[in-house]
Amino acid sequence: MRLPGWITVKRRPAPSPWLVFGISLAAIAAALIVAGIFFQIYGVSPFRAYGDILRGALGSKLGVTETIRRMIPLLVIGVGLSVALRALFWNIGADGQLLMGAVAASGIALFSGLPGPLLLPAMLLGGFLAGAAWGLVPAILKARLGINDVITTLMLNYVAISIVEWLIHDPWKGPTMRGFAYTDKFPAAAILPTIAGTRIHWPTLLIGLVAAILLFLIVKRTRVGFEIRVAGENPHAARFSGISQTKVTLFAMMISGGLAGIAGVGEVAGIHHMLLAPNNISLGYGYTAIIVAWLARRNPLAVILTSFLFGVIMRGGDVIKVSLGLPFQLVNVFNGLILFFLIGSEILMRYRIRVGRRQQA
Amino acid sequence: MRTEAGLTNSVSEGSKAVVEMKGIVKRFPGVVANDGIDLAITRGEIHCLLGENGAGKTTLMRILYGLYQPDGGEILLGGEPVRIASPKAALAHRIGMVHQHFHLVPTLSVEENIVLGLSGGTGPFLRLRRTRERIEQLAEEYGLSVDPTAKVWQLSVGQQQRVEILKALYRDADVLIMDEPTSVLTPQEVDALFGTLRTLVDDGLTVVFITHKLDEVMEVSDRVTVLRKGKVVSTVHTAETSKAQLATMMVGREVVFRLEKRPPHRGETVLEVDDLHAHNDRGLPALRGVSFDLHAGEILGVAGVSGNGQHELSEVLTGLRKAHRGSAILETRDLASCSAREVADLGVAHVPTERIRMGTVPTMTIQENLILKSYRTPPFCRWVFLDDKAANRHACEAMEAYQISAPDEGTIAKTLSGGNIQRLVLARELCGSPKLVVAAHPTYGLDVGATEQIRQVLLDQRDRGAGILLISEDLDEILQLSDRILVLFEGEVMGIVPCDEADLEEIGLMMAGSHRREVTA
Amino acid sequence: MSWESWIVATLSRTLAYGTPLLFATLGEIYTERAGVLNLGVEGMMIVGALSAFVVAYTTGNPWLGVLVSGVVGGAFSMIHAFASITLRANQVVSGLALTMLGLGLSGVVGRSWEGWPLWTPLREVTVPGLSRIPILGPALFEGQNLLVYIAVLMAIILWFVLYKTRIGVTIRSVGEDPATADSLGVNVARVRYLCVLVGGILAGIGGGYLSVAYRPSWTDGMTAGMGWIVIALTIFAFWNPLLGLVGAYFFAMLFHLSFRLQAWLAPELLKTMPYVLAIVVLIVVSRGTLQKRMGAPSALTIPYSRGED
Repeated sequence: MRLPGWITVKRRPAPSPWLVFGISLAAIAAALIVAGIFFQIYGVSPFRAYGDILRGALGSKLGVTETIRRMIPLLVIGVGLSVALRALFWNIGADGQLLMGAVAASGIALFSGLPGPLLLPAMLLGGFLAGAAWGLVPAILKARLGINDVITTLMLNYVAISIVEWLIHDPWKGPTMRGFAYTDKFPAAAILPTIAGTRIHWPTLLIGLVAAILLFLIVKRTRVGFEIRVAGENPHAARFSGISQTKVTLFAMMISGGLAGIAGVGEVAGIHHMLLAPNNISLGYGYTAIIVAWLARRNPLAVILTSFLFGVIMRGGDVIKVSLGLPFQLVNVFNGLILFFLIGSEILMRYRIRVGRRQQA
Repeated sequence: MRTEAGLTNSVSEGSKAVVEMKGIVKRFPGVVANDGIDLAITRGEIHCLLGENGAGKTTLMRILYGLYQPDGGEILLGGEPVRIASPKAALAHRIGMVHQHFHLVPTLSVEENIVLGLSGGTGPFLRLRRTRERIEQLAEEYGLSVDPTAKVWQLSVGQQQRVEILKALYRDADVLIMDEPTSVLTPQEVDALFGTLRTLVDDGLTVVFITHKLDEVMEVSDRVTVLRKGKVVSTVHTAETSKAQLATMMVGREVVFRLEKRPPHRGETVLEVDDLHAHNDRGLPALRGVSFDLHAGEILGVAGVSGNGQHELSEVLTGLRKAHRGSAILETRDLASCSAREVADLGVAHVPTERIRMGTVPTMTIQENLILKSYRTPPFCRWVFLDDKAANRHACEAMEAYQISAPDEGTIAKTLSGGNIQRLVLARELCGSPKLVVAAHPTYGLDVGATEQIRQVLLDQRDRGAGILLISEDLDEILQLSDRILVLFEGEVMGIVPCDEADLEEIGLMMAGSHRREVTA
Repeated sequence: MSWESWIVATLSRTLAYGTPLLFATLGEIYTERAGVLNLGVEGMMIVGALSAFVVAYTTGNPWLGVLVSGVVGGAFSMIHAFASITLRANQVVSGLALTMLGLGLSGVVGRSWEGWPLWTPLREVTVPGLSRIPILGPALFEGQNLLVYIAVLMAIILWFVLYKTRIGVTIRSVGEDPATADSLGVNVARVRYLCVLVGGILAGIGGGYLSVAYRPSWTDGMTAGMGWIVIALTIFAFWNPLLGLVGAYFFAMLFHLSFRLQAWLAPELLKTMPYVLAIVVLIVVSRGTLQKRMGAPSALTIPYSRGED
């Protein structure tokens, strides 16, 4: 790209964390401004809209708890994605892994016949394993045959969606549901406890927070975490040092898929108490979680913050649906804009762009 | 033109010079690739550019082909000064180039590759019949038979090269530059190529031929220009010189660094390499029966122009490439069948050619880079956790011992200078007193201070009792540091010479494939 | 239902449903052939669908709607082009963002247009003469609209361009080995921009077809994941427009049959076929020589920059 002579572009060797933070913040701000313009064109005052969002998300007990409720799957999946992305594995399939976790949990809840106290732990374990397995398939295909991970994880999403649709329409269709496409309601012992008066299914939240801390420590301070970081940041050096790319990929995907599976367990056992249509289980959590992990610069602890931010956005979408009559799809607009501005801003982090008189070489 | 040792110059009459390059200077970070080069090519000749790697031949021709822009000097075509801004411009001036690594799109067919980038006068459509006719006509005229409809990936390397030549001829090239063309050909294909070149030249084209192989120079060229370290040594008529003279011109001698080299204390055999065979990345044989011994306390220098198997040798010995025949025994284990991790655990250090790309993780800190090999064992690792404090202590010690100059051990590796990066790599690889050190081009691209220091480090390791395999294109370095010198040419050992018996001419001839010495030691 | 009318109905619906798939797949084939992965197909299709409906509804002219859907899809794709080619951002993420944005914008803007049927959809045409052929006649040449036949024509034209013209050679070289193309004077960025644009226009038209012909109306999310099937289809077609034609109709038939064969085979499971088949194709093609013959363009998803960067 030829630039006019009064712009000089120089590669920046190592952007400081503050710069990264600042530019990310600026990107979000830019997205919000553009969204605000969009509101204005639509005839809604942006200040009113943002005001409603903030009040609705943070201004009341209901608001905050609903925000947290939205945050939970984003947190859990986001933490897993931060590890997968570090290993350079593009897990676009978190939605599918979430659904398979939900399937496993539903199957255990409805048909396993396990005694009450064992149900929830079994569901969580089953959900983790199902999600991990769903994630391992593309991982093995990549490690063994070099097949593109973006496509395989993406394709498996839709296979998972179809599997859930089949289950709720056919073999698992709840006889008590009067012809609707849901399974039966889960037995009481298979329902995740929530904080009183809210919809926050705290075991999943706890798992998410613990996972964030644990994975942060693992990545930073253990052998395998070191290997993941090296493999992700310079695969040549990893090979040179005898680090097995296969081992790293499989480990990372096991964690990422497993955590997404747990998010699925959380949704069906914590919120809906049954297996239902895929679009109602995951509102694109798997995709939003990519932005969550990206914004957090793949740092599991930072995911706690960014997942909260996107929880606010989702809750905000719920709120202005009612207060301003704007459809929930608006959340997608926000997400899309933020993501675009984020990736667009990366060029500012990679390069130093100076505007001014031509510099002497 | 500069002269040396009283050889006659060849004078090119200005009017017959189809290409003239005057005072060409080209600098890259850390090195002056072309340092005031004068070159004149006469029409209708085959002119060879001879020299080792790093001599500047490819850079010079890339400037002529518009891939690089010179920092100084000028180019004249037919007496007129021109500026060649891109390969497209070069082709417009009827200069074509066949690169060492072909510029062909493998999944397209021959005729599609030839036609790529040309805006046909026939509109957007491929007038394939006309194209095919022209290609077949050219092919027949110059003996370059190839099936125009075949996909390039299906062709042999020799055939692909023919496509590259046809590409240039199709665009009416009148000067053809060939960069090390025979490095990928069989002997029969080489003969065919030379036949083609002679036919081209008989037809009035001019050929510039980059090579490091003396036999070829003597066989096919009319004149030869020898380059060394970015400067022209001499330009002579081939008929008036000999391989021996050329070899001496090619390798030469320059100012020696002051280093402390104690007499060798050769110990036990540390590495026994026997009949090693391996392929390169293209599937062609790169090592063809390499055998040698390496003793503790000695430096065995591997001399030779890059591309003759050195890279593959270093990779086989460090677990990064499998040999399909032969063995390399270190104590009792065969390195040729070990993984990189096992090799490192056995006490082998590897200082890689690509120090940034392979030797470091540029986005990580000095401290983290230093434990890249040893993070699995105590003290850096206790159970599954990395011991930060131990790593930190190690980093501070290493930085001092190897004089790595940086604000602190938390500095990101990418920000370090080339010399400091290499110090970092050495610090990491040499900790733990390795028995075998494979060092590939350790001082390439470094400044004088770093170079001297690193050479001293290698000598110190040798005095400590390690066996060091030093691969380098810098013959001065090899002569200075080695106790014995092994010359590799086309994957075979041409000879092993003790340093005190080293004769430049003989080594030059071995490097260029024209001489073998019986291996006694 | 008699055998004949069953076949006629199946073929007829296959042709209808396959058309948007075909348009969008042809577009994505060109985009990927130039080395750019655009996961934003779903987003481009749906904004195309909405804009076509709005224009057709307000002007009463469905063809104008189709035209505008192409323009809007093309413009929308330029966001992705700018991000991935000029800014060299990650193509996967950029494409996903485009889909999110597309779904979101169309959902919001389209709110007030939901539920209104289009009174002026594309007219049905009957091809004289050909429609008299037994079985095939009524199936393929009666009751379809012109856009269906345009799609087939486009497939043939685009195949011809890709394999038989200089432009095609240029496009394919940019996707396989941009460095070589660059050294021969090809403007890699420009070719890539053009191919992304073609992808956007065709995806937009595919979406437009949905709202103006297939189901003349607008509903939020009416593309229902078709964009993702297109991504799978592109692979299944080995990046070849003619195979894309076959594949689009094949998948359309599978989809249609999934309803018809409900008694025997769960329709949802049949719906997994496109995705499973795409993965199978990838596995098959991962072996060495097949990779070269029929595999993905080598430079797919890799941003191109000349020299040290």
